[in-house]
Amino acid sequence: MRISISINGVKHDADVEPRLLLVHFIRDLAGLTGTHIGCETSICGACTVLMDGKPVKCCAILAVQADGSEITTIEGLADEGRLHPIQEGFWECHGLQCGYCTPGMIMSAYGLLQENPDPTEDEIRHGLEGNLCRCTGYQHIVDAVRHASRQMAAKAVKAG
Amino acid sequence: MITGNFDYFAPSNVEEAIKLLNEYGDDCKIISGGHSLVPVLKLRLASPAVLIDIGRIKGLKGISFEGGTIVIGTNTTHAEIARSAELKKHCPLLVETAGQIGDQQVRNRGTIGGSLTHADPAADWPAAVLALDADIIVKGKGSVRTIKATDFFVDIMTSAVKSNEIVTEIRITKPAQPQAAAYLKVPQAASGFAVVGVAAQLTLKDGRCEKVAIGITGLGPKAYRASTSENALIGNTLDAATISAAAEKADTEAVDTMEDIHASGEFRRNLTRVYTKRAIMAAMSRA
Repeated sequence: MRISISINGVKHDADVEPRLLLVHFIRDLAGLTGTHIGCETSICGACTVLMDGKPVKCCAILAVQADGSEITTIEGLADEGRLHPIQEGFWECHGLQCGYCTPGMIMSAYGLLQENPDPTEDEIRHGLEGNLCRCTGYQHIVDAVRHASRQMAAKAVKAG
Repeated sequence: MITGNFDYFAPSNVEEAIKLLNEYGDDCKIISGGHSLVPVLKLRLASPAVLIDIGRIKGLKGISFEGGTIVIGTNTTHAEIARSAELKKHCPLLVETAGQIGDQQVRNRGTIGGSLTHADPAADWPAAVLALDADIIVKGKGSVRTIKATDFFVDIMTSAVKSNEIVTEIRITKPAQPQAAAYLKVPQAASGFAVVGVAAQLTLKDGRCEKVAIGITGLGPKAYRASTSENALIGNTLDAATISAAAEKADTEAVDTMEDIHASGEFRRNLTRVYTKRAIMAAMSRA
């Protein structure tokens, strides 16, 4: 089937089998390997990307279902080489150890902060419940998201 | 993990989808959000020859109001329901239930119609649609029928929807006292599915319980209405003793119970009684 998916603003056209998963389209056809495959059963969240602006687990979506949609992956967050405030938060607060869950964590945090720009610690934990991390114990991830939320608020004030 | 091979159709209207369903019969499956189906396909628990994607059909998505009736399109996502300000006002039980399903990624893709039709015994929606006495509208070739929520869940992973029919919408009469409702659940730690979930919608008049509906998910192979508990509440003043006595009977309708690593059957029965009590108390306190 001929499909067309925009990833980080670049259109990718391909002829695919209907059973191709969106995560394989992103990794193998578009060559963007920042999106990870973890549990494969839509539990762990390592494969989280934004689909039309909303975080989804792309290991549970067929590429044909995403035909015509706009995807943002971790590679699409930095602006001209400058880290996105969420990426910066993970850097500053040591929000990762092995890094495997990190791209998914960041994309989920992006979705969370879009809905709720100033989340409490509880809201962050609830918002990221679809992403598993096996090394950090989560505390530094929560700190990273709070850091990002403050940075983004400060940026918005400056821009406003 | 890769799914088996299948042919894929994305019809643009319901009639076309029903035509395909009749053409391929038991060899096909409907997909919308795909968050129940794709994992099943990847684990090869099912290998349909044809997938019919109803996700692109216009008019099957969204929340609208027809007089006193709330109409929810089958493709409406859990996230859209959880975010709806209108539903928060007119039927907060739907909002509370939607917000407790899975996680934000799952809520962004999963749909109410898909979840209901899948009829997972640990899903959240069954409890809510039972407590709201919802009608589920189903279309087939030249036919439209209404299935009452109480007739919808047949057995484990089995709903009353026939293989050549499509759920198109869920219709709910606006509750008389919308806020007098609660959905409380014990989530599985890993997946968030309900070990037990209890939804209650009340109508109180002069301190007495005029009407109540209690939907229970997770305990048995299918969700059910706790009619014995309901009958013990209706017409009575809802004091602590009455609520406790009624909640003690919340597992009466469940002949068989689910039993797995998360909870034994007996523990699930106990949770059902405890959470029924808590759900009624919570609904009362919000009235």
